Amino acid sequence: MTDDVGEVITRVHREEWARVVATLARRLGDLDIAEEMAAEAFATAVERWPVDGVPPNPGAWLTTTAQRKAIDRLRREVKRDEKHREALMLIDIPEPLGAIDDDRLRLVLTCCHPALAMDARIALTLRMVGGLTVPEIARAFLVEESAMGRRITRAKAKIKAAKIPYGVPFREDIPARITGVLAVLYLIFNEGYLASDPGKEPVRGDLTAEAVRLTRLVRALLPADGEVAGLLALMLLTEARRAARVSVRGELVALRDQDRGAWDRVLIAEGHALVRARLASGQAPGRYQILAAINAVHTDARDFRDTDWSQVVALYDQLVRLEPSPIVRLNRAVAVAELDGPEVALAEVDRLPLDGYHAFHATRAELLRRLGRGEESRAEYDRAIGLAGNTAETAYLTRRRDQLAGPQGRSPDLAAGLPVPS
Amino acid sequence: MAQYLMSVLFDSTELATSDEAAAIDVFNEQLKTDGHWVFAGGLASPDTATVVDGRDGEPVFTDGPYLESKEHIAGFWIIEAPHLDVALRLAALGSKACNRRIELRPFLGE
Repeated sequence: MTDDVGEVITRVHREEWARVVATLARRLGDLDIAEEMAAEAFATAVERWPVDGVPPNPGAWLTTTAQRKAIDRLRREVKRDEKHREALMLIDIPEPLGAIDDDRLRLVLTCCHPALAMDARIALTLRMVGGLTVPEIARAFLVEESAMGRRITRAKAKIKAAKIPYGVPFREDIPARITGVLAVLYLIFNEGYLASDPGKEPVRGDLTAEAVRLTRLVRALLPADGEVAGLLALMLLTEARRAARVSVRGELVALRDQDRGAWDRVLIAEGHALVRARLASGQAPGRYQILAAINAVHTDARDFRDTDWSQVVALYDQLVRLEPSPIVRLNRAVAVAELDGPEVALAEVDRLPLDGYHAFHATRAELLRRLGRGEESRAEYDRAIGLAGNTAETAYLTRRRDQLAGPQGRSPDLAAGLPVPS
Repeated sequence: MAQYLMSVLFDSTELATSDEAAAIDVFNEQLKTDGHWVFAGGLASPDTATVVDGRDGEPVFTDGPYLESKEHIAGFWIIEAPHLDVALRLAALGSKACNRRIELRPFLGE
């Protein structure tokens, strides 16, 4: 195969996989067969395109090929299974399914159905919509391939046996279901951004990139949804800092110490444009839009000292009203420390019931250090190190703790993992 | 159409209060009106159960439930629904009516 065709197939796979699976899933009423036939169609493309040339409309070619394979397969099975006869008859009768009229959006929403466990939703979305292979997904989550395979198989079996509908039949369910999709995408992104497992690389660029790609797709499907735009902006503004976030020694670099010249200006410009467009809409923002706006303030500052902290705190106030969770309050307190000093911030932090959360102790450690309470600070670093799972974060906290013996404590760092996943 | 079993989970043998029983009646009527009703019933307490093993020769009877557990099935509905999203809604209404949690489980398909 020439490299050119290989590249085309890779690109077409990225761009067309979800569409092929989604169209087949609707026509066949079976996610499992849709996935299998889509995979076979791509395998056929790998054989044929280098010989026959790339068809003028690769997506349509793949869908037709996959569908033909599905029909052949169903014909073979039809004697055994009367139900597939019905499925055969459904082919080529595009039927409006509920309130969602795009197949790919139906596919995403089905993969993120609330009756599925969260880890199953994540795995299914990456497989069915993202087109990642089972080994790829297994690697990304450091799970045995066979275990990940079972997780996906079990989810597909539940969709089939429990008759989880393809799409969203009830219009009034749509907002909650879209919120559910965004939660899945954000979890995928965060797992890439701050891998929770000590055995994993601290930052997984493949996962964050996949989350951004999937969110772009959902945004293209739901261009008017402010929270989708907000989530995309939040991811872009976070992803833009990726290269500056872990040092060559594999240590997390706090926001204040990051080389801002290493930030990705293109991603930042795109993220800022999205945030500006949301502000201009005049609609009340949801959590992702507020988090994106906070990240826009950070990425707007040329230097850590130039950060508009009153704006950051004001945005956190808005977020607390929307989502009064202790983790949001903790993040707010980190900004308060910069605006009103560590004493005020510590008083707020101490009220939070977050004893088992590493970022709580890391924040206390930094605030105590800034207040010159070295011994208490050290104990808090120890607690944070014991609870943190991410290797880069552990390395960073350890160095900060070991610096405590030095002549002077430095001011606290913003918990570098902003936004802290909640 | 698919059929689903809605099992009512409960951790004591207390019967439904009169308010709960009234709400269940209303829910049952609604199921019938909307064509979802197949069957429903409340169960006597688990300690009235007998485990029967007739697989081998003379049947063996054992007093008591097959599993001692904190929660048991206090009653159930069998409903008919076109897909899970409808069944989930009915289960939520049923749970509210009987004031207990419900396990929703599909019957094996065709």
